[in-house]
Amino acid sequence: MQRIGVFVCWCGSNIAGTVDVKAVAEALKAEPGVVYSTDYQYMCSQAGQNLIIDAVKEHNLTGLVICSCSPRMHEATFRKTAAAAGLNPYMVEIANIREQCSWVHKEMPVGTEKAIILGKAAVAKVNLNTPLTPGESPVTKRALVIGGGIAGIQTALDIADAGFPVDIVETKPTIGGKMAQLDKTFPTLDCAACILTPKMVDVAQHEKIRIFSYSEVTDVKGFVGNFDVTIKKKARFVDETKCTGCGDCVDKCPMKKNPNEFNMGMDNRSAIYIPFAQAVPKVATIDAGACTMLKKGKCGLCSKVCGAGAIDYTQKDEFIEEKYGAIVVATGFNPISMDKFDEYAYNQSKDVITSLEFERLTNAAGPTQGKLLRPSDGKHPHKIVFVQCVGSRCAACAEKGKEYCSKICCMYTAKHAMLTRDKYPDTEVYVFYIDVRTPGKNFDEFYRRAVEEYGVNYIKGMVGKIVPEGDVLKVQASDLISNKQLHIDADLVVLAAAIEPDKSARPLATMLTASMDTNDFFTEAHPKLRPVESPTAGVFLSGACQGPKDIPETVSQAGAAASKVIGLLCKDKLTGNPCIASANEMMCNGCSSCERVCPYGAITYSDKEFRMPDRTTQIRRVASVNPAVCQGCGACTVACPSGAMDLRGFANNQIMAEVDAICK
Amino acid sequence: MQKITRDQLITKAVELLSNGTVSAVLGWQKGEFDYDITPAVFTTEEEIKNNFVYNDFCGANFSKYLVAKTKKLEGKILVFLKPCDTYSFNQLLTEHRFDREKVYAVAIGCEGMADVVKLKNKVDGIISIDYKDDAMYVDTLYDGTVKVDYADVLAERCINCKSKKCVAYDELMGEDGEVIDSARFDEVARLEAMTPDERFAFWQNELSRCIRCNACRDACPACTCEKCVFDNPNSGVENKAPANSFEEQMFHIIRAYHVAGRCTDCGECSRVCPQNIPLHLLNRKFIKDINECYGEYQAGAEVGSRAPLVDYTEGDLEPGEVFERGDNNA
Repeated sequence: MQRIGVFVCWCGSNIAGTVDVKAVAEALKAEPGVVYSTDYQYMCSQAGQNLIIDAVKEHNLTGLVICSCSPRMHEATFRKTAAAAGLNPYMVEIANIREQCSWVHKEMPVGTEKAIILGKAAVAKVNLNTPLTPGESPVTKRALVIGGGIAGIQTALDIADAGFPVDIVETKPTIGGKMAQLDKTFPTLDCAACILTPKMVDVAQHEKIRIFSYSEVTDVKGFVGNFDVTIKKKARFVDETKCTGCGDCVDKCPMKKNPNEFNMGMDNRSAIYIPFAQAVPKVATIDAGACTMLKKGKCGLCSKVCGAGAIDYTQKDEFIEEKYGAIVVATGFNPISMDKFDEYAYNQSKDVITSLEFERLTNAAGPTQGKLLRPSDGKHPHKIVFVQCVGSRCAACAEKGKEYCSKICCMYTAKHAMLTRDKYPDTEVYVFYIDVRTPGKNFDEFYRRAVEEYGVNYIKGMVGKIVPEGDVLKVQASDLISNKQLHIDADLVVLAAAIEPDKSARPLATMLTASMDTNDFFTEAHPKLRPVESPTAGVFLSGACQGPKDIPETVSQAGAAASKVIGLLCKDKLTGNPCIASANEMMCNGCSSCERVCPYGAITYSDKEFRMPDRTTQIRRVASVNPAVCQGCGACTVACPSGAMDLRGFANNQIMAEVDAICK
Repeated sequence: MQKITRDQLITKAVELLSNGTVSAVLGWQKGEFDYDITPAVFTTEEEIKNNFVYNDFCGANFSKYLVAKTKKLEGKILVFLKPCDTYSFNQLLTEHRFDREKVYAVAIGCEGMADVVKLKNKVDGIISIDYKDDAMYVDTLYDGTVKVDYADVLAERCINCKSKKCVAYDELMGEDGEVIDSARFDEVARLEAMTPDERFAFWQNELSRCIRCNACRDACPACTCEKCVFDNPNSGVENKAPANSFEEQMFHIIRAYHVAGRCTDCGECSRVCPQNIPLHLLNRKFIKDINECYGEYQAGAEVGSRAPLVDYTEGDLEPGEVFERGDNNA
């Protein structure tokens, strides 16, 4: 029989405000096995922990029930306390009477009753707990960074500089991401390419970094320290080891009418292409959907002009399998589609563009060599309207846009407005906004300069409708401050489209068993205290895949993610989780149900000899669990039809005892 | 009336036994009465010739017997499988429950089997049955010889036969059929259309008759666990005297969950139930739900197929959608 101590935490008024903690401690005294029960203001404090240690010694306790916050918060704390008191750390159960009780109830009697029930369930479980000892697993000292934008680049550089090998997987033919498409960067107005491309070159030249460009992660198995990842290198029909990036093939390719993704489709590229001059790796890629050689077997010009003999029309997708100790997700963002915003006439007029398209229009490497010209007729626009929050902060129109603030638009719109006025002082610039949000170092000063020094017309209010008429765009808007309707004949309209996570993020999250929020941004392990870790051990977050971010924030988060990865890869061994599955061979049917549901490939089957009661020998096919690979998810225990599979620390009889205690 | 005759099966059995292909034959023999046919293992030609029977009451699904029989036997065993039995055969192979090498399977076309209960409801005092082409002629204690149409005593599972196709065999006797678009889910749909209270009352009425004889479990080809949870004192649901009228319902619900995704809808549970509880409806509800949630799936249609409940694809229903379905059905 266990000797159980119950410790009810007030958590200041967090718990004690809605739960009568003394009544809970009193009620749980009567539960089977409980020999001591008390309450304290902050059980996690040094004094609270000492109270537990003293009680263990004084009352010879064998098991502990801590009624406190979520186990995700302090289970580890109290396990250490138990160890300090000489108990096995797995003789501790947490009854979550904060997140699942006091915080969700308002009435004291209701909260108290539920806290008692949760406490009873925990006591019932501790009665069946057994001491557990964790095993150890080795760490593969290599990191995978998924996404090659500024977030991925910075993370990879930081990890590699610490001496660990890093692989970057990027779906596009080049790394660089969104930042490579930008013209200038706020608030200092340095050129994006000037600060990014040296980093891209560093990546390319770093002996510890490998770049898998034009590649995707297709499968992830394993667990922290020991991920097995399959990477698909899509066929680019060019041998990367031979291509010198000279561009002769690009010039000669006759299929030149393909929308250029890098310039947001505002000009065309050939079927074989190098996205931009500073691409890394600087290797050509054939667009299989546009190449006549690949489609019809006719042409082959690029192959003829290639001095390096790098063109290979027979190239196939290649699958690479590699082991990693840590994975960093840096899948980034995209502007949302403007298709649903009919009121802004994006699909009706070429002169209604998104901000990212505006970046390309003002970029010296863009479709207009940096001259600000209207896409429709190539004339210089004299009146430009910027519309902010297109699809952002859009609670009422959730089917069109996003509820959240995209965070970066206020600043880049101020940048666009300022740069336009600086270069073309004859241009009138209007910015329509809901609020101007400029929290950040030197951000508000930047915005004030746009208004005060550059004479940008900031108007609080939203644009209601844009109608293309002749060669002008009739903009109807409201000015909320002077309470007037405005009619502006604009030459160009720029929409600050909301940003959303890249579409590859959701399937990737499934592969990684990493959690996401309703907007498909990756969730952190803790929003304040563990912002760069995913709740899935060994998976880290970098950049806008976790939430909208500007470049400085992205770079600092990338560095933070790298430091977490380095901390992990420095270790030679990881202490495992002792709460893993094991099969009772006498009950195992050998049906393979568990093997099929195991996401970690931890279960194998073998034929074993069994001595039967009648002294005969029988050979039966039975399951066994590899303790180094099992992560204790419990999928096998519910798939097993006979109940032969059980999870240590969460055994079927323990769960049933908890349910019984709750239903009593 | 079966197109395959007893004589044909005996000839095949004797042939395979005498040429050494198999060392035993799994077949049927007469029980206490003409309609109560019992599975039996024959090892000699003499036994077969004297005792082997085959008629419209040979409904037992032999697949499950292979689990125990192949373990003890030297050499191969001959098994006769009706189309629906072949599905159970495949499902058991998927679950690695017996060694395929130790079985010689002969699939036999089936015209549908008779239901003893239906026959007994029509005639009293059955002495013997003569199976003629047009009908059964039942010799009775009280009414002389009574003519009974085969259609009138056809078992429910055969009226709603899902497939006459034999999906596994070493040898086929008779003609292979096709998968049938049957009306087997109509009754489930009728139950789904009820209010929760009506449905509860329906099942309360049916399941309250359960005497917990375990015949459904013992006959079920999906129930081949080395140790059944209902026999395992550590499972928390082991066999015990019911504390209230609801406990037996839990038995059937737990059993339905255990075989969900593995049940081939062979109908043995309802056939063997001495209390005539329509247990197959619980399993069909699961099959119908699986079909609707994850796409059509027939357990046992092929060996090694991954049942939707133990498989994951990115297109799978989100838990919330399953929950909403349940809510709408409530």
